[in-house]
Amino acid sequence: MIPLTWYLILSGVLFSIGAVGVLIRRNAIVIFMCIELMLNAVNLAFVTFSRQLNSMDGQIFVFFIMTVAAAEAVVGLAIIIAIYRNKATVNVDDINLMKW
Amino acid sequence: MLEGLIFLIMGLITTACALCVVFQKNPIYSAIFLIQTMVSLAVLYVLLHAPFIAAIQVMVYAGAIMVLFIFVIMLLNLSKTDVEGDRDNLLFQKPSAIILGLVLLVMIGVVTLKTVFQGTKGEYTPESISQIGNTQLVGKLLFTKFVFPFEIASILLFAAIIGAIVLAKKQIIKDEKV
Repeated sequence: MIPLTWYLILSGVLFSIGAVGVLIRRNAIVIFMCIELMLNAVNLAFVTFSRQLNSMDGQIFVFFIMTVAAAEAVVGLAIIIAIYRNKATVNVDDINLMKW
Repeated sequence: MLEGLIFLIMGLITTACALCVVFQKNPIYSAIFLIQTMVSLAVLYVLLHAPFIAAIQVMVYAGAIMVLFIFVIMLLNLSKTDVEGDRDNLLFQKPSAIILGLVLLVMIGVVTLKTVFQGTKGEYTPESISQIGNTQLVGKLLFTKFVFPFEIASILLFAAIIGAIVLAKKQIIKDEKV
């Protein structure tokens, strides 16, 4: 059996890539996809610990995270569509009304 | 041995596709690479003895959520020039973000490698899970131990449906009537 630390390292790599993506991209939809990437990395860590501790709780948590991710994607994309309708852009640098 | 080989191949594919999600200019390519990332993660879930999670990873994530993303990208019809402009509002944003990401990666790696993960072992070993069946076990737990979060999840989904309709419905703008 391969050591479960490898899975955790892979999860950390995916999370870091997602975080960098949120920081360097300007397209709101791509930022959203990077957030999904980070959620997936956390899911991998949950399943790894569930396997390591011989418990099913981690897998149930992943199930709930997927529910929350689906709700978040739906509401977030609706917000992006509403912004695009009002400002005709999804560049986050142009959406700065709430910036101090 | 075979398990290690599958892990290596799938881990490399996952990492490469995740990098492509971030560094592709066109959002539709990012979405396609994200789908591949999720499918290879599903293979890793199968390696971790979680076939039910792997199945809903493919169906819900790679199926439903990503179709929604691609639908919105096509609906908005974004061309790459009007989104990722050449202007750089923040000085040194990209290099500093990449350096900070590497720092985060090193920190996660050090913490993961140094920590000895302990915890009380549960009752569900892979053998006992395969005896009952993974999906049956998830279903049983969802309706016994986790029945309250399960009901909360239904309310959350209902709120998300209403929120999406309210946010994205066509607003009557006065200019249109004039």
